[in-house]
Amino acid sequence: MKSGIVKFRQSFVEGMIKISGSLSSIIILLIVAFLFGEGLGLFGKSVVEEGYVVIVSKDNPIKAISSNDLKNVFDHNITNWTQLSEKGEKSLNTDIVVAYNIDQAFEVENTKDMIAFVPREYAAEIDNMRILDCGNISLEDFFLGKEWFPTAQPAPQFGVLPIILGTLWVSFAAIIIALPFALAAAVYLAELSDKKTYAMLKPAVELLSGIPSVVYGFFGLIVIVPIVQKTFGLDVGETALSGAVVLAIMALPTIITIAEDAMRSTPRMMREASLALGASKWQTIYKVVIPHSASGITAAVVLGIGRAIGETMAVLMVTGNAAVMPHTLLEPIRTIPASIAAELGEAPTGGAHYQALFILACILFLITLCINLIVDRISSKSKIKSR
Amino acid sequence: MKKLQQNIAFWIIRIMSFSIIAVLLWIIFFIVAKGIPAISWDFLTKMPEEGMTEGGIFPAIVGTLCLCLGSMIFAFPIGIMSGIYINEYAGNARIIRFVRMMTNNLGAIPSIVFGLFGMSLFVNTMGFGDSIIAGSLTLGILVLPVVIRTTEEALKQIDDSYRIGSLALGASKLQTISKVVLPMAMPNIITGLILSIGRVSGETAPILFTVAAYFLPQLPDSIFDQVMALPYHLYVLSTSGTDLEASRTMAFGTALVLVLMVLILNLSANALRRYFSRKTKTN
Repeated sequence: MKSGIVKFRQSFVEGMIKISGSLSSIIILLIVAFLFGEGLGLFGKSVVEEGYVVIVSKDNPIKAISSNDLKNVFDHNITNWTQLSEKGEKSLNTDIVVAYNIDQAFEVENTKDMIAFVPREYAAEIDNMRILDCGNISLEDFFLGKEWFPTAQPAPQFGVLPIILGTLWVSFAAIIIALPFALAAAVYLAELSDKKTYAMLKPAVELLSGIPSVVYGFFGLIVIVPIVQKTFGLDVGETALSGAVVLAIMALPTIITIAEDAMRSTPRMMREASLALGASKWQTIYKVVIPHSASGITAAVVLGIGRAIGETMAVLMVTGNAAVMPHTLLEPIRTIPASIAAELGEAPTGGAHYQALFILACILFLITLCINLIVDRISSKSKIKSR
Repeated sequence: MKKLQQNIAFWIIRIMSFSIIAVLLWIIFFIVAKGIPAISWDFLTKMPEEGMTEGGIFPAIVGTLCLCLGSMIFAFPIGIMSGIYINEYAGNARIIRFVRMMTNNLGAIPSIVFGLFGMSLFVNTMGFGDSIIAGSLTLGILVLPVVIRTTEEALKQIDDSYRIGSLALGASKLQTISKVVLPMAMPNIITGLILSIGRVSGETAPILFTVAAYFLPQLPDSIFDQVMALPYHLYVLSTSGTDLEASRTMAFGTALVLVLMVLILNLSANALRRYFSRKTKTN
């Protein structure tokens, strides 16, 4: 009887162990399901905010308007019907009269040239007006759009191109800054250090990876931002460069650790053969050790980029968060994680803005997944453990 | 000529390597020097006052401790079991590779994505609202891959002869694992777990939308309450406080507490590692 209980308990525990083995896979599936589930509703949603419509005169020959034009019309950047990009065959050649709300729409006398943004229920009550087809949010608008104004009315703009470019821009800049230092440290740790200096540098690198990202952000905000501002004589120091410097420091431990492992895996024989042929230690390092560990170093760099792309808080605090197409490193930029962190709190649950942010998270997820698969491929080729 | 070239190269490498230490010391000294004046008994044990420019950070400390504890309760048992599964039970090499790849993938996902996932699943779908439990579960998922990998690595270092010996004495597989393998691997596992606590205590992005409160000068009553947390508090103080200049000192103090926490966890993990490795050597 007793052994029966013991046996049951044993098989129960073993069952639990087996189930928990599959947990990471289940969580990844859940993440995919929830992110895409929340986000994908964005496409096919009307460009105009829910419950509202844009109306024009029945005499106006215009058939449809693009989301970007709509925003420009209401921002008074487009003032004449002929300036629209989709004018159709014959369009009015008159100035646009813009009305934002119901009162205004009822008051305007010259309804022929009017475009108004009104709640759907009032649309029918205004004489001589019809609802203008504004189309739905399309993949093209989303991925190729250059404007990110998620709270604009009546047509919020969800062009993620500047955000995606900003993310890549700052991440690559960070890696370029970090790489020489990281390689030097990896060479030093793997080849040059003695016991004492190793015991100094290695814990320092580990500690660097342990410091919370928000502390890096704070340090960047108070120290690096003013330095960048002064050095380049800028109006604001919160630029892509500041972000890149902070990210470079943060990416160091990842690159160093993996590159060091890769260099250590160089067979002793190869090293000794090189030395025996009369090569100096330095020649051995850069002609034998580094080429041999090239794939490991590549994996390290790719993983470092992945870290940089996904970093949220530090970037949010030092890059200035302007969603514009990046031109130089000395301008504020905005990254995917920073956008999510900064805006999700204010986006109404289930709205287009909320969904757009979830799509951004999906993009982020897919990017890191790709990066991880690349690293997996590289390191399984070279039999280097990736961490 | 060769010698000169080598000397120049080595000196460049040395200088660049040690500039990393210099950067680390710069960050730490900067935060310690500016943070020390802010630290006092009141600072550690009082509620924030006057729009977070006066008083202390007590609720944030308590909140972070709650979150660490909550995520540990969730992540440690499951993570350790998962690690045991990969190293001891999964026989098929393909399954091991798949599970390991999934764990790696999970570990590479940016923390903000976990935040969104946690918000979507725990806060909205399961209806926990912004609460300690939602935040703990999110953070738990975040460190799960770290715990799994730590356990797996630690178990891998145990020589197979111990397993075979135990099995030959008639012990079952589970007995072998729980009485022989796991106790031997425990020091390494614990070291890794301590480091993962450090990771949890510093994460901001996952708790932004699942638990963290901007300003909440009271202690939580239940696991369904919101709390303040140190990293989020630092973020608030340095970017969106009511009076940024006036709360600078508070921000430095908070940063120092955070860094000290991580530093102590790191050092104790290192000390533990050294202690255990010495102990096994003398045996």
